[in-house]
Amino acid sequence: MIREKYYISDFCVIRDKKVFKNGTEVYADSEALSVKDFAKGIYKFLDLKYPKFHKMDELCKLGFLASEVLLKDKEKVDQDTALVLSNQASSLDTDRKHQLSIQDRENFYPSPAVFVYTLPNIIMGEISIKNKMKSENAFFVTDNFDADFITLYSEVLMNTGKATNVICGWVDLDNDKYDVFLAFLSKKGNKELTKEELNKLYKQ
Amino acid sequence: MKKVYIVADNIISPLGFSTEENITNLRSNCTGIQKVEDDNIWSETFYGAVINNDKLSKAWEIISENSDYSKLEKMMLLSLSKLLEENPQLDIIKSGIVISTTKGNINNLRGKSDEKAYLSSISRTIQKYFKLDHTPKVLSNACISGGLALAIGKRMIQSELFEDVVVIGGDLLSEFTLSGFFSFQAVSPAPCKPFCKNRTGISLGEAAACAWLSSNIENVTKEAISIAGDASANDANHISGPSRTGEGLYISITKALKEANLDSDQIDHITAHGTATPYNDEMEAIAFNRAGLQNVPLNSLKGYYGHTLGASALIESIVARHCLINNELFASLGYEELGVSKSINVIAKNQNKELNRVLKTASGFGGCNVALIIEKEVL
Repeated sequence: MIREKYYISDFCVIRDKKVFKNGTEVYADSEALSVKDFAKGIYKFLDLKYPKFHKMDELCKLGFLASEVLLKDKEKVDQDTALVLSNQASSLDTDRKHQLSIQDRENFYPSPAVFVYTLPNIIMGEISIKNKMKSENAFFVTDNFDADFITLYSEVLMNTGKATNVICGWVDLDNDKYDVFLAFLSKKGNKELTKEELNKLYKQ
Repeated sequence: MKKVYIVADNIISPLGFSTEENITNLRSNCTGIQKVEDDNIWSETFYGAVINNDKLSKAWEIISENSDYSKLEKMMLLSLSKLLEENPQLDIIKSGIVISTTKGNINNLRGKSDEKAYLSSISRTIQKYFKLDHTPKVLSNACISGGLALAIGKRMIQSELFEDVVVIGGDLLSEFTLSGFFSFQAVSPAPCKPFCKNRTGISLGEAAACAWLSSNIENVTKEAISIAGDASANDANHISGPSRTGEGLYISITKALKEANLDSDQIDHITAHGTATPYNDEMEAIAFNRAGLQNVPLNSLKGYYGHTLGASALIESIVARHCLINNELFASLGYEELGVSKSINVIAKNQNKELNRVLKTASGFGGCNVALIIEKEVL
């Protein structure tokens, strides 16, 4: 097995109505009244022309937008770029919408367009479709961002030859509270990948 | 790279609360899918594979006096307890643990407190029950979760994070998922019929299972069955519709074969995903043909278990292990006549056959796919 040094070549944070890339604020909207509005603002700011975006649930929108910021003008992704994402609330934000639609037998209106988003790994499906990444995906659910485990598992993928690069991170949305962190791990960069470094960037 | 063996397992399903009982029922072509009348799940009768609550309570009372657990928690705790009881040499404290579930205790969204609806609550429940000093990792990757969890366990062992990993999978047949699949018009009005011309959709099921993975050959008591190759790939095509070319599944199979250093003609059996929806089964047939696997005897176990979501690929891999040990193939229940555009070799009747290598595949929403090569080692 090959054990190499890996690096965090880029990272993106979406938190408190602000978007950061590599530690620098690139967008803020203190006026945004909802997650939906905030996400729409980022979409416009990035000048994206991607109609599929409007069909996504809010969790996918946040993860998708973070991936766009992360990959903008930069990284080449392909079949060897894996996705390793995690969060606390899984897809509960949309699960609650689906539950509401089936709560009352007299007023029963489950919708396939909602139901399909009741899985957290759909975020990775959306990112894969946009970037044509026919690669490894794994979605973990933990109470907090587990930099230790995410670092270890990303290294496992690269050490075992399952991936050459990894987009890893945390995409959480629960009752309008969101927290998004994505990092691009590869064999080049300035910041060496360690759990401490990944956690520091997450907590910036 | 280290060999990773599947050394022991347990299945808790409508077909029994031990792997042996499950295998006996599969051998008799008994199905767990029945007409269900349960107003908690659905207002009308439907076909599904549910675990009898009384039977579960009785089995639970033998191991614990505390009834303050959800049905899914009881299923998963019972499964792991049985594994530990039958394998006293397994040190759960030192082992890595991966939990595979898609919806966990999703029924708890109905109540006042939704604390248990958070998937990590299952992790904490297992940690507390078995007094573990580390928190098990929860993988939630749609319908490939059970198979991907095995792949992840294998990779963790090969990266020397652990010598042993236990994978625990489980999901319930809930109103939540049933209503969703009904809204997709994907539920079969009769027991599902994978790969058959007359298939109309899925039957849902519920089950829990666990498997002990180890790199230590001394833990192997029966035939040595290893995971010789694994791979996962996304279709990058559609979030709910399978790829028309079977792209992600084809890539997964090709990569898994490559890791196992095998050609497609060395595969003796495929235990497919086979959900019995028109599009899924068609996609699989295309991918198997692209990989040169069209003549390999194939089945789907969904006709026995229904689709058990996060448990399904784990259970099907466990059954594959026992098929390799017993040199037998199970009929693909519900199958009558080929109903996909590419030719595949669906097993119509049980057979006894020397088996050395089985391909397990799974595909799911989000465009995810996984392939595992499960191999019998000649020692």
